[in-house]
Amino acid sequence: MTAPHAAPRPLAGRRILIGKPGLDGHDIGAKIVALTLRDAGAEVIYTGLRRSPAQIAQVAVDEGVDAVGLSILSGSHNELVTDVLAELRTRGAGDVQIFLGGTIPAEDHPGLLAQGVSAVVTADLPLESVVARLAAALDTPR
Amino acid sequence: MTNPKAVPPDGPVDAAVGAGRLDPALGAISRSGIPVPPSVHVDALDPARIGRPGEYPFTRGIFPDGYQGRLWTIRQYSGFGTAEESNARYKFLLEQGQTGLSVALDLPTQCGLDPSHPMARPEIGKVGVSLSNLSEAEILFQGIDLSSISTSFTINGTAAIVYAMYLAVADKQGVPRRKLTGTIQNDILKEYVARGTWIFPVRPSMRLIADSILYANDETPRFNPISIAGAHVRDAGATAAEEMAYTLANGLAYVDELRARGGDVEKFAKRLSFFFYVHMDFFDEIAKFRAGRRLWARLMKERFGAQDPKAQHFRFGVVCGGSSLVAPQPYNNVVRVAVETMAAVLGGAQSIFTCALDEAFQIPTEFSAELALRTQQLIAYESGIARTVDPLGGSFFVEHHTDRMEEMIVQVMDEIDAYGGVIRAIEDGWLQRRLAERGLERKRATDSGQQVVVGVNHFRKVDEVVGVGEVFKLDPGVAQRALDKYQRVLDTRETPVVQATLARLSRAATNDRENLMPYLVDCCHAYATVGEMVACLKEQWGEFQEPVNL
Repeated sequence: MTAPHAAPRPLAGRRILIGKPGLDGHDIGAKIVALTLRDAGAEVIYTGLRRSPAQIAQVAVDEGVDAVGLSILSGSHNELVTDVLAELRTRGAGDVQIFLGGTIPAEDHPGLLAQGVSAVVTADLPLESVVARLAAALDTPR
Repeated sequence: MTNPKAVPPDGPVDAAVGAGRLDPALGAISRSGIPVPPSVHVDALDPARIGRPGEYPFTRGIFPDGYQGRLWTIRQYSGFGTAEESNARYKFLLEQGQTGLSVALDLPTQCGLDPSHPMARPEIGKVGVSLSNLSEAEILFQGIDLSSISTSFTINGTAAIVYAMYLAVADKQGVPRRKLTGTIQNDILKEYVARGTWIFPVRPSMRLIADSILYANDETPRFNPISIAGAHVRDAGATAAEEMAYTLANGLAYVDELRARGGDVEKFAKRLSFFFYVHMDFFDEIAKFRAGRRLWARLMKERFGAQDPKAQHFRFGVVCGGSSLVAPQPYNNVVRVAVETMAAVLGGAQSIFTCALDEAFQIPTEFSAELALRTQQLIAYESGIARTVDPLGGSFFVEHHTDRMEEMIVQVMDEIDAYGGVIRAIEDGWLQRRLAERGLERKRATDSGQQVVVGVNHFRKVDEVVGVGEVFKLDPGVAQRALDKYQRVLDTRETPVVQATLARLSRAATNDRENLMPYLVDCCHAYATVGEMVACLKEQWGEFQEPVNL
C-alpha cells in the first residue's frame, strides 16, 4: 500500500473528461486513471458506463474540457474513436485532445494516432507516465 | 506477422530483487495482507476444525476421494463472431479432449440490445458470439449433442433469457431438459460492482435471478443456475480475501432472496456454485479456497439450517490468468498459468479455465488456446498432484494460513454488514468506490515495484519487442452477417405469435408472484429477440441508475 504522495500537480487547472463509450463495462482502469489525474491536480469528470460517442462529445463541449480520456476494452476502439472524433468536430471541438486506454493492440496504435489520438496509454504504463504524457500533450497546443 | 512494441520503455527498472535476495518486506506479508512467518509450527492441529475430506466443514474438500472420483472439468472460454464460427471452434475444442463448453457472448447480447441498435453495431461479435434469438442458438449448437456435454454461459443481465434459449434449443433437439448440464453465471450483484453488464435496478434483477434458480431446480436439476463470481472484483483490484468475502456476501443475499420467494434451502442450495480468479500468490489462493469452503458450509448449516451435506457444499470453478497476465515477455504467462492451475487443484476446484498466454492483449489464437488446454492436461495427467485429496491438508503452514485467511474474510464480510448489506452498499456506490481505491493501490504497488511482476517492474528487457507473432483477426464482415441473419428472422417469424408471447411476459413482470421463466421460454420458442424481451421488462422495471461518484 503506497501512501498518497504529496506529489507535484502537473495537471493543475486542467479539466479532463473520462469517458466509457460503447457497451464495455470494465471501468476499473477508467476509475484508476480518473483518481490519478485528480491527484495530479486536474478537475475530472467521469461519464459512467455505456455512453454513445455523441453523448461523450456533448459532455466534453458542455463542460469545456481540455482533454477526453476514452477507456475501451471490448475491441471496438477503432470504430468508437472515429465516432467520438467526428462528433467533437461536428460540435466545433476538434481541438480537444483525446487519450485512449484499455485493450488496444499495438498494431492499431499508428492508425489511431494518425486519426488524431494524442496518446495511447495501456495498463502496463506506470501512472506517473500517464500523467506526464497528458501534461506534455496539453502543454503542446494542437 | 510481428507486433510492434506495445509497451513504451518508460517505467521503473528496479534492481532490488534482481540482486538475488528477497526483500524482507516482500517475504513477510502475503498479497492479501496476511503476515507470513518464516517458519510455522503448531503443536496440535484441531481435527474438528479441519475435518476429513468430504465431511463437514469440508476444509479438505467436498468429496472424500478428491479427484479420484472425478477430475475437475476442463473448460476453456471461447466464442466470437457469428454462431457459425463459434460452432466450428467448439467442435474443434471437443475433438481436442475438452469436456465442457464455455460460451462467451458479445456485449449487445449481454446488455440486452439487438444487433440493429445503434450502440450495438461496433460491438457485434467482438468479445463473444452474437446470440440475438433462438435461430442463432440453433446454429451455435448444431451437431453438438446437448445431453452429452455441459455448457457454461458467461451471462448475467440477460442470463434468464439465454437460459430460456438453451432450454428452447434442447426442446428442438429433442433432448429432455432433465439431462441438461451446465452453468449460467447469472450473478448480477458483481456486475454492478465490477463487470458492468447490468440492465435493470437491483431489486427486480434479484427477482429474475431467484425465478431462474427456482425454475431450474425443477426443470433442469443437474444444471447450475447461478455461479456467484468473485473473479471480476478480483481482477479489478480486490485481494484474495476480499474476493472471497464479497462473493460469500453476495451468495448470502441470493439465499435471502430465494427464501423470500419460497425456495427451500435444502433444495436450491445444492445448485449454487461459485467462480473465482486465481492469481500468483500460491498459498493465499489455496487458503482462500479452503477457508471459503469451510465458511460457506458453516453459514449454510448454522444460519440457514441446511442439513443435507450437499446443501452445504461449496462448489467452485476458477479462471487462471486474468489480470495477472501481462503483455511484456508474454511467454512468461504460460508459467503463471501453470502455477495458478496448481493452486486451483490444491484448493479443490471443480472446474478450471486456463487463460491463453496472449489473452492479456488479444483474442487467443488457436495455438495459444491449445497450449492453455495442454497446461491443464499436463497438470492433471502428468504431475500426479491430483492423486490424493487435499495433499496439503494438515500442513502447519497451510492450516495456519487458512485460519488467518478465514479471519480476514470474516472481517471484510462484517464491514459490509456494518454498512447495511451488499445491496445497499451497491445501490449507494460504496462497494464500487472501495474497489476503485483498491485497484489504485494495486496499480501503485505494481508501478513502484513493491509487488513484483517479472518482466514488468523487475527483470525488464529494454527495447523489448512485445508480441507472439501470430495475431487472431476477427473477420470484419461479422457485424453485417449477424445483421442480415437477424433481419431474415424478423421477416420470417410469425409476428402475431411473437407479440402475444411478449404481451404475456409484460403482464407477468408486473405480478411479483409469477415466475417469469415459462414466459421467457415461450418468447424464445416464438423467435422473440433478446432486445425485445429486455425492452418489455425495462418498460415495467426501469433501468439501473449507476452511481457515478468517484
